[in-house]
Amino acid sequence: MLPEDLRYSKEHEWVRVDGDQATIGITKFAADELGDIVFVELPEVGATLSQFATFGVVESVKAVSDLYAPVSGEVVAVNDALRDSPELMNSDPFGEGWIARVRVSDPGELGGLLDAGAYGELIGS
Amino acid sequence: MAYTPHTDADHARMLGAIGVASIEDLFADIPPAVRATRFALPAPMAEQEVRGELSRIAARNAVPRVSFLGAGAYRHLVPAVVEEVIGRSEFATAYTPYQPEVSQGTLQSIYEFQSLICELTGMEVASASHYDGATAAAEAALMACRLTRRDRIAISSAVHPQVRAVIRTYCSGPGIEVIEVPADLAEGGSGLTPVEAAASVLTDEVACLVAQQPNFFGGIEPMAELAEAAHAVGAQLVAHVEPTSLAVLAAPGDHGADIVTAEGQPLGIPLSYGGPYVGLMAARMASVRQMPGRLVGATRDAQGRRGYVLTLQAREQHIRREKAASNICTNQALCALAATAYLSAVGPQGLREVAELSMAQTRHTATALEEAGLAERRFGAPYFAEVAMRVPHAARRHAELAAQGIVAGYVLERDYPELGDTLLLAATELTSDEEIASLVEALEATR
Amino acid sequence: MSIAERTSADASGRGAAFTSPAPGDEVKVVEPLIFAASVPGRRAVRFPRPSEAARTAASAQPDLPAEALRDRAPRLPEVSELDLLRHFNRLSHLNHAIDIGFYPLGSCTMKYNPKVNEWVARLPGFAASHPLDPDALAQGSLELEWLLAELLKEISGMAAVTLQPAAGAHGELTGMLMTRAYHRSRGEGEQRTRVLVPDSAHGTNPATATMVGYETVTIPSNERGGIDLEALRAALDERTAALMITNPSTLGIFEDQIDQVVAAVHEAGAIAYMDGANLNAILGRFRPGEAGFDVMHFNLHKTFSTPHGGGGPGAGPVGVSDRLAPFLPAPLPVLVEGDPDEVRANAWRGRGTPGARFALEEPDSRPESIGRVRMHTGNFGMFVRAYTYIRSNGADGLRAVSEDAVLAANYLRVRLADAYDLPYDRICKHEVVFSGRRQKRRHGVTTLDIAKAILDHGIHPPTIYFPLIVEEALMIEPTETESLETLDRFADVMLDIARRAESDPDSLKRAPITTPVGRLDEATAARRPDLRHTFDDGGDAAGG
Repeated sequence: MLPEDLRYSKEHEWVRVDGDQATIGITKFAADELGDIVFVELPEVGATLSQFATFGVVESVKAVSDLYAPVSGEVVAVNDALRDSPELMNSDPFGEGWIARVRVSDPGELGGLLDAGAYGELIGS
Repeated sequence: MAYTPHTDADHARMLGAIGVASIEDLFADIPPAVRATRFALPAPMAEQEVRGELSRIAARNAVPRVSFLGAGAYRHLVPAVVEEVIGRSEFATAYTPYQPEVSQGTLQSIYEFQSLICELTGMEVASASHYDGATAAAEAALMACRLTRRDRIAISSAVHPQVRAVIRTYCSGPGIEVIEVPADLAEGGSGLTPVEAAASVLTDEVACLVAQQPNFFGGIEPMAELAEAAHAVGAQLVAHVEPTSLAVLAAPGDHGADIVTAEGQPLGIPLSYGGPYVGLMAARMASVRQMPGRLVGATRDAQGRRGYVLTLQAREQHIRREKAASNICTNQALCALAATAYLSAVGPQGLREVAELSMAQTRHTATALEEAGLAERRFGAPYFAEVAMRVPHAARRHAELAAQGIVAGYVLERDYPELGDTLLLAATELTSDEEIASLVEALEATR
Repeated sequence: MSIAERTSADASGRGAAFTSPAPGDEVKVVEPLIFAASVPGRRAVRFPRPSEAARTAASAQPDLPAEALRDRAPRLPEVSELDLLRHFNRLSHLNHAIDIGFYPLGSCTMKYNPKVNEWVARLPGFAASHPLDPDALAQGSLELEWLLAELLKEISGMAAVTLQPAAGAHGELTGMLMTRAYHRSRGEGEQRTRVLVPDSAHGTNPATATMVGYETVTIPSNERGGIDLEALRAALDERTAALMITNPSTLGIFEDQIDQVVAAVHEAGAIAYMDGANLNAILGRFRPGEAGFDVMHFNLHKTFSTPHGGGGPGAGPVGVSDRLAPFLPAPLPVLVEGDPDEVRANAWRGRGTPGARFALEEPDSRPESIGRVRMHTGNFGMFVRAYTYIRSNGADGLRAVSEDAVLAANYLRVRLADAYDLPYDRICKHEVVFSGRRQKRRHGVTTLDIAKAILDHGIHPPTIYFPLIVEEALMIEPTETESLETLDRFADVMLDIARRAESDPDSLKRAPITTPVGRLDEATAARRPDLRHTFDDGGDAAGG
C-alpha cells in the first residue's frame, strides 16, 4: 500500500522525484495519525527549504505538527487546493494532497531517505 | 464541612472498599519532612454568621451618593433581565464547553456574542473573551508582532494609563520595545494623538500603533488618519474602544482598524471594584490563526442539526503548548454572556439612547461647571461622554467632596503630571440633573 | 435535557429567516439565534429622554465631528424582554452544569458552588464599588482583599500574595515574569533562559514560558507517575530559570520526592514554581511555602468553589516567598493604620477594628515590581465568593474538603480498577487517571466513544486525552461534594459502558443519542470557519 516509487523521511514526508524537481507531501500514516486535517501552512513559492528543517505546519482538529523538508531546494510550486480543501491530505495523501514542488539542490540527499520497504518497517506495517 | 455530604457510615464504606484503615493512609505519600506544620484559619461559620461577616465588610464601603467617576469603568444600568440570565446556574455552574453535545447553551451564546461584537466593531472575527480590556489590548499588541514579525510597538499616551501599564508588562515578556506617542496635552491643546507625532515614530520596524477611541480624556481621535499612518509602514492599527460609544461613533473596522479591543464592562456588568469584567477582541479573518483566545464556530451533527463547537483550537495552549498564540485558558465567559444579554436587551435603539444620554449629561455637567465659573474645559477637541476640566485646587477639593460622598471624577495628575488641577468627569444615563446640581453646589462650597 | 427539534421554518416566526451555512440543505435548528427573533422597532429596555436642561446645556458644547460618526446603526437584535428571557432560558436548558448533574471533569474541580457566595457577591456595597473610588470610600473592598490575601498566605505558607491575576494561566504569567525579574536583579537574566516542565503538565505551563521569552525543556515522568528526579537533575544547570511543577500532578499523584525536587532546583539557583491547580487535594496537609516553593498560583474557581461560568471568570492569585515579594505586581492592598494581628484577630471573630485603615500602595512604591498584569486589583467578585467559602469552612472544613475529595477519587479508583487500565496503580489524590487503551485495542472503542456514551446517562464525562502521557486518558475528579450514591451510580455507568464495549461496541460509537445535538462535525467547523452570524439583508459590511 506504500507507493514503491517514492522516497520517505523518518518524519513521515514523502518525495516523488521528477528530473531535477521533487514533489513532497505527508504519508498516509501521518495523515491518519493526525486525523481530520483542517489547515496547512504552505511555504511561499521561491522559499528555500533545507533538508530536515521545518517549512510549514499542518493542523488537525485536535493536533498540530511541523512539516520537515525531506530534501533541500527552492519551492517552485505549492498546492493551492489545500487552502480550501485541506482534507485532500487525508483522502489522497500521495496524490491530490501533495504540498509543494521543489527544485532539488542536492540530489545526493535523496540517498539518505528511506525506500518503501524501510519506511513500512518504521511504521510497523 | 457544610458542603461535604458524607456520613460516618459513608466514610467507613469507602475506606473499606479502598482497603485502608483511615483517611490518614491516603496522605502517606506526602514526605514527612514537608507536611504542613500549621493551618491556623478562623473557625467555620454558619450561613447566618458568614452573611453577617460579609455584610459587615460590604458596609465598610461608602458607595458615593453622587459620582462622576469613569476613567474606564462606568456606572450604567444593568437591566434586571441581564442579571436574571447570568444568574441561571445552568450557565454559571458549567465549565468550558469541552463536550459540545451538552454545552450548546454556552456555545451558542458565545457564537451570538462573537456575532454582536463583530457587528458593533465592524470586524470579521471576535474571540470568546479576555480577562479585561487591558489584557485584550496587550494580547492584541503581541498578536500584531506575530503578524508583522516585528518586535516594537507604538502607543499613544492618550490610551488609559492602566492599559498602557499592562501592555508594557506583557511586552516585557518577549522583550518587545514600547514607544510612546505623546498626545497633545499642551495648554490650549487638543488632548488628542497628533497624526504627525505618530507618523514620526512609525517605521518599518513597528508592528502596531495602539490608540484609544474615545481616548482616556474622552476626546475623539482621528482614527482613520492614524490607521493610514500605521498602514503606510506596514504596521497594524490596534483600536481600543469603549463599546457604548459604538452606537454613535464609526465602527473601527470602517476606519481601518486591524485589531479592535475594548473593556466590555459598560455592557451590563456591575462595577464590582474592578472585576470580573470582560475584554473584547475582534480582528480580520486573515489574522484569525494568530488570534489568542477561544473561538466558537457553527457546524452540524450527522442528522443535519446545527450546533456549535470550540474551533481552530490548534492555536491554543492545550494543543500547541509552547508554540501557542497565548497561554490563555480560562476567560470571562459569564461576563461575555452578560454583554450578549445586554446588547440584546437594549438593541440598537437602546444602545444609542445610552450613548446619547451619557453624552448629554456629560455635556450638561461641563456646561454647568463652566457657567458657574468653577471649571473650564482643558482640551479643545470634541469629546464623547467624558471630559477633562480644569478645576483650581483639584486634588484638595476632590478629597473634600469625597468625604461628603461626592466623587468628582478622576484626578488626572495621578498619571499625567502636566495635567495638574484637572478632573476627568464622566456622566452616564444614570446621572440625574440633581446630581449635576449637587456637584456644582459642592464645588462652590469648597472654592 | 430533552429539547424538541424545530426546523428554521417554523421557529423563525416573523423574524428574519435563519441563514443556513449551505443553502439548499435543510438545517435543523435546536434554538434559533437571537437574531432570528428580531423585529424592527421591538425592544426590551427603555431609557428616559434627556431633560430639557440637559438638552439646552449640551448645545453649548462641541458637536462630534461628522467624519467620526457611524453611518449605520449596528444590527443588534430587537426583541421583547420576554422573548429575550425565553431565548436564554432555552439555551440554558441545553447545558450540563454542576447544578444539574455529576461533573467529574478531571483537573477542573467541578465541586458545588455554594449559593451563599452568590448572595454576598451581590451585596450593594460590593457590586456598586468603583475600582477607582478614593480609598476612603472603598475600605470594605480593600479590607476584603487584604483579609483574603492573609487567608491564602496561611493556607499556602507563602510570604505574600497578589490577587491581581484573573485566571490560573494569568497567574503563571505573573509568576514567570517575577521569576525573570528576580534573576535579572541578580545579574543572571541573560544566562537563565530555560524553564523545565514535566511531560504531564498542563499546556498553559509551556505556553506561559514562551510568553515570557523562555525556552521550555520537557522533563519525563518516571514509571510511578512522578517527575524523573535523575532527568530533572541532569537538566538543571546555570541556564535554568525555573521548574514549573503541578503538585499533586495531573495524574492525581502527589510528588512523593517533592522535597528533593525543590532542593535540586534551589541548588541550581533556579526558582521552584508550583502550579496550584490541584491545591484542593492537599489543604491543611501540604503548604507549598513550607516546602520551599518560591512562587505558586491558586485557582479560586477550582479550590475555593467560585463558579466556572461556562469558562470563566476565574481568579488566579499568586503567592511568593520573601525573595520574590519585591517583584509582585502593583498595587497591593495594604494596611496603613492598625496592627495586622489585631485586625486579623477581630475579623476572624466577625468584627471590624476601629481605626484600621487600608489603602492601595502608592504608585512606584516598589520600584522592582513587574508592574500591572491587568486593570484594577483583580476579579473582585471572585474574591468575595472565595473569602466566603473559606470562612464558611474554616480550617477543619477545608481539611475535610481535601480528605473527602481524595477519598472519593480513591473509591472510584478501586471500583473501576478491573474494568479500565490504571497506568499508575497507587493511592491517588483528588483525581484518578485511567486509560481506555484496553477498550480501544480489543474492541475499537475509543475514549471519545466512552465519553460520548457517558453523556447519555446525564453525567458529564471525565477529562479525556489528558494528560498527554497516558494513552486514551480518562481523568476523573469526583470532588468532595458528591454523595456516595452519586459516586456509585457513576461507577455503575462506567462498568456498564465497559461491558458494552465488549458486547455491543457499535452502540457506543453511536452515542450520544439523548443530547440536544449529536456528535458535531468539528473538521468542517475548522476547515471552513463560520464564526459569526451573517445577516441576509445584503448589507454585510464585514462579509469576509
